[in-house]
Amino acid sequence: MSSCSTISPDVLQIDSGRETERIAASLREIVFNQFKRKGAVVGVSGGIDSSVVAFLCAHALGRERVLVLFAPEADSSPDSLRLGRMVAESLGVRSVIEDISPILKGARCYERRDESIRTVVPEYGEGYKCKIVLPNLVDTDRYALFSIVVQSPDGLTKKVRLSLSAYLGIVAATNFKQRTRKMIEYYYADLLQYAVAGTPNRLEYDQGFFVKNGDGAADFKPIAHLYKSQVYQLAAYLGVPEEIQRRPSTTDTYSLEQSQEEFYFSLPLAKMDLCLYGKNNGIPAAELAPAAGLDQKQVERVYSMIESKRNVARYLRAAPMLVEEIEGI
Amino acid sequence: MLMSNSVAQEVREFIVSNFLYGQESSFKDDDSFMGGGIIDSTGVLQLVAFLEETYGITVEDEELIPENLDSICYVSVYLARKMSATAKANMREQQASTLGGNI
Repeated sequence: MSSCSTISPDVLQIDSGRETERIAASLREIVFNQFKRKGAVVGVSGGIDSSVVAFLCAHALGRERVLVLFAPEADSSPDSLRLGRMVAESLGVRSVIEDISPILKGARCYERRDESIRTVVPEYGEGYKCKIVLPNLVDTDRYALFSIVVQSPDGLTKKVRLSLSAYLGIVAATNFKQRTRKMIEYYYADLLQYAVAGTPNRLEYDQGFFVKNGDGAADFKPIAHLYKSQVYQLAAYLGVPEEIQRRPSTTDTYSLEQSQEEFYFSLPLAKMDLCLYGKNNGIPAAELAPAAGLDQKQVERVYSMIESKRNVARYLRAAPMLVEEIEGI
Repeated sequence: MLMSNSVAQEVREFIVSNFLYGQESSFKDDDSFMGGGIIDSTGVLQLVAFLEETYGITVEDEELIPENLDSICYVSVYLARKMSATAKANMREQQASTLGGNI
């Protein structure tokens, strides 16, 4: 019975001071001792995850050994750069801005994306904005098929379900953004003999919310074991600027503002976090439901979605596979 | 039922060719595509595209449920129902246009 449930959101509480020192010791071991690199490059988006990683790297390696990179492009929110700068200034670390729009234009990122959009929204063109969204899946057994929301220059919005080819075309084109950012991060890593930080939290890492060889590529991922709500706890402990702590999570990949829930999780992140914890710890849906503010059926659907996305994410996380182990290396 | 059996065979061929890469497996007509790890969410999109293009139907949002799409049996029953409804709708449209033409 729900009244007997011992599960509460408190299960995700951590000792932020101890966790910070544990991560810092691990970062020093990985970066200095294992990789023999002199510091870390951190791509900062102005979001909570990359900000916390920048703070952790500065704490662990020393602020003079951290380079923060901002890589805005034509669809980026101006807030991302402003908040990213706030992180660099708070930490007193070096930062560089690389506008990646020209590279993306050269790769025909926007053109390819727009061609795909026009297969389902023929009028899509100059001055239009877009984002892709998922339906709410927690209250229904429906399959998760993406739709595109477009906004015309005069502000009219329209939502259309994506065909297979349109969906694949849009995703393939927009993935240029994350891969280009990572390419620039490795440019600076090569230049300075630094290692590249990855910024996924546990939810993203587990569920495949990253682009393979894009933001999924890194030399170390210091918060991949932390649930999103634990990342927020570290942010508060480390003194990440409050505006960043309050900022709703966004993908900042599409020209219309897109929350991570719309793009991927279909649930507020705090609830999703708790469901992932429940799933990982074998907690029955009925027992978790009251703590998550959901009913049993909803939690069962989320557990099922987690399993389904986890299966897809295995490919995204996989290192290149070899036919056989190679000895001596 | 002849049509259903033929549809079932076509759907099976599509699944084997697109998701099992031609490696015929022993999956049964009532085995769950999702539960068996045969298709994922992008696979559902691919299945929907196949059904719409091959059978000239439109899969509505509210029809995107396991009871319609999660096994060969479910797809066959759904398709039979859908094609019958589409045929009736077409017939009604034809009758209406014939009547309209006579006025």
